[in-house]
Order: sequence, then structure tokens, then C-alpha cells
Amino acid sequence: MVLFGQFLEVLIGGLLSGVLYSLVALGFVLIFKASGVFNFAQGAMVLLAGLALVRSLDYLAARGFPMWAAVVLGLLFAGVIMTITAWLIERFVLGPLVNQDGLTLFMSTIGATFILEGASQMIFGSDVYPLRLFPTDAWFLFESAFPGGILVNKLDVWGGLIAGILVAGLAIFFQRTKTGRALRAVADDHAAAQSVGIPISWIWFVVWLVAGLVALVAATVWGTKLGVQFSITFLALKALPVLIIGGFTSVPGAIVGGLIVGAGEKIAEVFLGPHMGGGIEYWFAYVLALAVLLVRPQGLFGERIIERI
Amino acid sequence: MKADVEPTSAAAGVDSAARAAGQVLLSLERVSLSFGGVKALRDVSFDIRKGEIRAIIGPNGAGKTSMLNVINGFYHPQEGVITFKGQRRRDMRPYLAASQGIARTFQNVALFRGMSTLDNIMTGRTLKMRRGLLAHMLHWGPAQREEIAHREAVERIIDFLEIAHIRKTPVGRLPYGLQKRVELGRALAMEPELLLLDEPMAGMNLEEKQDMSRFILTVKDTFDTTIALIEHDMSVVMDLSDRVVVLNYGAKIADGTPAQVQSNPAVIEAYLGVSH
Repeated sequence: MVLFGQFLEVLIGGLLSGVLYSLVALGFVLIFKASGVFNFAQGAMVLLAGLALVRSLDYLAARGFPMWAAVVLGLLFAGVIMTITAWLIERFVLGPLVNQDGLTLFMSTIGATFILEGASQMIFGSDVYPLRLFPTDAWFLFESAFPGGILVNKLDVWGGLIAGILVAGLAIFFQRTKTGRALRAVADDHAAAQSVGIPISWIWFVVWLVAGLVALVAATVWGTKLGVQFSITFLALKALPVLIIGGFTSVPGAIVGGLIVGAGEKIAEVFLGPHMGGGIEYWFAYVLALAVLLVRPQGLFGERIIERI
Repeated sequence: MKADVEPTSAAAGVDSAARAAGQVLLSLERVSLSFGGVKALRDVSFDIRKGEIRAIIGPNGAGKTSMLNVINGFYHPQEGVITFKGQRRRDMRPYLAASQGIARTFQNVALFRGMSTLDNIMTGRTLKMRRGLLAHMLHWGPAQREEIAHREAVERIIDFLEIAHIRKTPVGRLPYGLQKRVELGRALAMEPELLLLDEPMAGMNLEEKQDMSRFILTVKDTFDTTIALIEHDMSVVMDLSDRVVVLNYGAKIADGTPAQVQSNPAVIEAYLGVSH
């Protein structure tokens, strides 16, 4: 019973932290779906959004704004920053590269990453800034059934809720709306999309804006968990196995991939770790991704890649 | 000579009721396009009249596709005047051309490979859908009715092109001939006034060519669409088109009815090689 309780605790904790990975992975999926570009800059965008939010919060709080007003204004400010960023990226990075090869676009996002990382730290500072938007304490559930109960982080639950709402909204957006259909069209063929009257520059702006806002949401949760700091950009590396497992083109895939990675690495760490010398958490996700690549290269939910010979 | 009345300039709203063939829909005057030092089009002038099938022919590299790309706004000619529906155009973009009623297909099929036949053709309705993003997401009343109305229009096109059996298939899996047909369907869904077809028969077998010819003629007759097409198969060009313009090394070398063009010595020399 103790073991089962421990397993349940690890599983729940793992699943919830997996959802947090999904939050970051979602930004990648959005841009990949809509422009066929693997956006290397997603991690940098989370950093930028987080910094803009936390610094404006500090500024407003220091000037005696009540907490709720500071949060609303801070979120608005960060949203505006992400809007400007989306516009700048479309205008100066991707706009001139319409109809170019996917690899060219990928390289350009690497360039954008360095500029975003540098600029955001130059403007907003490069310390570790604590963010407290969500409660960080824990619940203890089922204390009658298990000794000590099952520990669940409130922050993780918040993250899960937010991710759920986000995914539902995005799924409807892609499947039901003409803009969603236009996004998928642009991802498949720039020239053809233009020829049916889809303005590519507008679509790309929308995509980067949505990805920027998803980055902002990720930043609120991750910033509360880790503090807003440069190392938040490395979340992009954690999102990579999530994407490979779930598939680069699937919103639900990003969620399921996150759950698998989160639960898998926690369970492996706790139950396999002691037998293997520990530290499994850091590489387990990548091995899992490798296994998926071997069996199903397009990921669990990815669109089947059909090549004509 | 044929007793053609040569319209002097674009008849801008002179008599919009007179929709008889012969009214100029698009005219190009002394259009030149170059990429760096390469002259893709030199001083090309011709017009496309309402309701006709206008063929653009010429040897490889003659500038035919460049011509289409100019007409639908992918390329911007350095010189020349383009008049569409009586309006002199400037600073064209592909989506503007689309919104003015110009649709096209591509030499190498350009479909949205991950999407189904139905969704591909639905993208052709993009400009005709008016309801906002939020309304579509909630899928409520007016937005739902709009989606259904457009679905009906698309289903009619699917029936017309005889591709009902593949409506849910991702187009990446379809054979080439069917992909070309879906691409035509997407262009038709835009209900264009001017339809540009870049080698609609390329890579097709005889039967598929006959099907495609039949579709093109029906589109012209029943949908009242003006068509400009590039084609290499001379028998198709001679059968389908009302008038033919011949390009060679980016310059126009002949313009007229298929019979006139076929007997033009310059064309025979530059393009056909030997008369047949």
C-alpha cells in the first residue's frame, strides 16, 4: 500500500509536470504547423515574456499599485511586447524569406534567438527574478488511505488547468476557423496559399503572436516554478523530446507527449534510479524520443509523411 | 485577316452590360521583367478578352510561366502597364490578385498535401468567407450557416470534376492526374473571372488529357470564366484555344488564331521546327 501510494504520488506529480513541458512544446507546434518552421527561438520568447512580465510587476508593485492591478497591467504589457516581437520577426526575419526552403527559415530563427536573448536581458536585466502568480504550496490528498497522503503541488495543478484551456482553444482554432485552415495551407505551400488569396505576412504575424502569447502563459507558470532567469531558455531542449514523441504537427500530441515525458522520467527516476545510480531524469526523455523515432518517425499524433518516388 | 474589332484601350465601364466576348478583361502593354541581368520578358504586349481561352505557348524558357506570375502578382515587372477590368494596376500582390478574381494552378502541382481534397478546395473559399474568427470558433448560427453554404458550393465543384470518391483523402496520396484535378477545383472554388492554368495536362495520359480538356471547355461555357493557359501539347492548344500568343526568349513573336499562328513562319522557325 505504501508503495502504491508512492507510485500514485510520483505518477501524478510526473503527469502534472509533464503538462508544463507541453506548455512550451505548444509554442513550437503552433509555428511548425503554420509555417513549416522549427522555431528555435521559442525558448527565448518564453524568457522575453517572463522578463517583461516580472519586471513590469516589480515596477508597478514598487509604485504602490494593488496586486491585482499590477498583474493585469503586467500581463497587458508583456502581451504588447510579444505583439511587437511578432511583428518585428515577421517584418524583418521571415517576411523577406517567403518561398524559401524550410532549412533557411530554421537558420533565421536561430539568429532571432540570439537577438531575442540578448535584447531581452539588455532591456530587462539578467538576474534571477522571482515571480509569484500562483500558489506554490502543496495539497496532501487521501491521507486516510495512504500514510502521509499524496503530495500534489498546487502550481502544477494550475499549470494543468491552463494548458487544458489553451489546448481546447487552439484545437478549435485550427479545425474550425478559416484562419486555422489558412494557417495549415501556408504551412504546406506558400505560393499556392498566396494564389488562393491568403495574405502570408498577416498569417505569419498571427502565428508568431499566438506563439508569443503561449510563451507568455508558459512563462507565468515556469517563472513561478523556477524564477524568471536565463536558464528558462533551456526549456526548449526539454520540449524537443515532447515534440518528437507527440509529433511536430499536433496540438493534442504536444500534450500527450508532455504527459509521457513527465510521467516517464519521474517514474524512471524514483523506481529505476536507485538501481542505476540515479540521474535518470536528465536523459530518460531523450531515450524515449529515440525509441519513438525508430518505431514511428512522425510521432504518435503527427501527420503521416507521404513521399512520392 | 479576321475581322476582329481591336479594342483600343480597356473599355472601363463603357458598357458593362455588353458582356459579349471581345471585351478586354486584361491587357498588358510593353511589359518587361528581368532578374538581375536576365531578361525574362521583353516588351510583351497582348490582351485577354472576356470569355475566351487564350493560350500562351513557346519553347522552354520562353517566359510563359513568368508571364503568369506577373499576371497573378508573384513577379513585379520593371516596365509596362497592366490593366485588369479597366483598372490600371500597381503594386500587385498575389492575394490582391486573388481578391480581384484571378485564380491559378501551378506547373508542378501546388496543393496542401496534408489536407483532404475537400479542405484543399475549401481554401479556395477563403476570400468569400466573412464571419469573424470568434464566431467560427464558437461555431454558432451565422458562422455555421456560412460554412455550410460554402461546403455546398465546394461539393458542386467536386461533383463537376468527378472527384467525389476522394473527397476525404489527403491529396498527397492521390495520383498525379487527380492532384491536377483537385488543383483545378481549388481554383474554381474562388469563382474567378480569370483562370490561369500552367500546363494543366503536363504528365497526363491521353484519357486524362481528354477529361481535362472537357473540364476546361465546360468551365469556359457554363461558368463563364475567361481562361489563359500554358500548354506544350500542340493538338490540345489548337483544339481548345480561341487565340494564341507565342513567346520566344521573353519576346512575343506571334499572336492570333491557332490557324494563323500555326502558319506563321517565325513561329515555325522558332518553336515548331518543322511544320506539322
